[in-house]
Amino acid sequence: MSLVRDMITIAAVSAGAFFFLAGTVGLLRFPDTLTRLHALTKADNLGLGLVVLGLLPQAGGLRDGLKLVSIWLLGLLAGATVSQLIARAARHGESTR
Amino acid sequence: MSIATVFEIVLAAVVLGLGIWTIVVRETFSATVGFVAYGLLVALIWVRLDAVDVALTEAAIGGGLGGVLLLGAAARLRDADVMAAETPGKVVRASAAALSVLTTAALAGAVLLLPDPAPTLAPAAVANAWATGLSNSVTNVLMAFRAMDTMLEKVVLLLAIIGVWSLAPDSAWGGRPGPRHQADPDGVLAFLARLLPPVGIVVGIYILWTGADHPGGAFQGGAILASMWLLTIIAGLADTPPVSRRWLRFILVAGPCLFLVVGLVGLLFGAAFLSYPPALAKPLILGIEVAMILTIAATLGLLLAGAPERSAKP
Repeated sequence: MSLVRDMITIAAVSAGAFFFLAGTVGLLRFPDTLTRLHALTKADNLGLGLVVLGLLPQAGGLRDGLKLVSIWLLGLLAGATVSQLIARAARHGESTR
Repeated sequence: MSIATVFEIVLAAVVLGLGIWTIVVRETFSATVGFVAYGLLVALIWVRLDAVDVALTEAAIGGGLGGVLLLGAAARLRDADVMAAETPGKVVRASAAALSVLTTAALAGAVLLLPDPAPTLAPAAVANAWATGLSNSVTNVLMAFRAMDTMLEKVVLLLAIIGVWSLAPDSAWGGRPGPRHQADPDGVLAFLARLLPPVGIVVGIYILWTGADHPGGAFQGGAILASMWLLTIIAGLADTPPVSRRWLRFILVAGPCLFLVVGLVGLLFGAAFLSYPPALAKPLILGIEVAMILTIAATLGLLLAGAPERSAKP
């Protein structure tokens, strides 16, 4: 049973790390603000989500699991809000230029 | 070499590089962003050193509220453009570099010359945890064994807010700190400022409460409460209170005053200044912490809001 849990963890955390890497590469390589935000949200949403998913089988109990999930939800909320604000600021900057 | 060691070496190298970049980079805004990332990575180092209490504080102050303060300063500097006007001369630069190198060498020497094992009071602090009924030894040290330091720290916070307020022009004295923030009431920032504070307030109180037995405490909880307050202010949902308000002044002095009163009662009826009767130690510490979290949240929020600059009447 613990082997299955460990395999889920390794697979999901590795996939999460891949999305973080891809998001970072996109942030560095993409040409403008909006596409960079697009890359960044992949790291935030999918990367963090997969890491949390992978850590869930290792959580000590229901309480720890809920804490992990709420970290992901708060990360989603903050990431989505900040990308909206940055995108609006970028569009505003373009229109006044 | 274990994978944890590799991770620690990489972490230390990144922090060092980021620190140098933050100093070298030209724009104040980039330096601020570098400093925030630096604060978060230093928090990770504290986690690796098993100092989770310090990590929470570093993330909240170094990465969070300190970052907001520096962002505000960077924005003001960009408006005023005073940085480009005066560049220090060669002598000043050389002596600053020499002073920095000397300080670094002295610090490095002090660390390298530490006796092995380094002198520590940690085992004594852990062994005497029974005296307070709290099992988080950091909270024990802060609130009981070295309570005097913590009390004086709160007085320093009070002095800091007096220092910020003293920058107010006479015409605005007693008025509201900072500008009135305007944001789209149906916008995404206002949405976040409505959604997040209920969650943040619960988390802040939880961090205070869990500080008795786990990492956490009044300072970390207070920083979270302060950031929730600032979020509603920045989103334009709330305004900063006029600094002349009596309830505000009361909250600002509540923490240090309760601390002082408990300390004096200990001096009169107990063994020494700030000595708690063992049976009452835990409720007394919790009471002081509840007063302190309000004081800390209000002080940190007002420190970031700045000096009074608008009259009290809207």
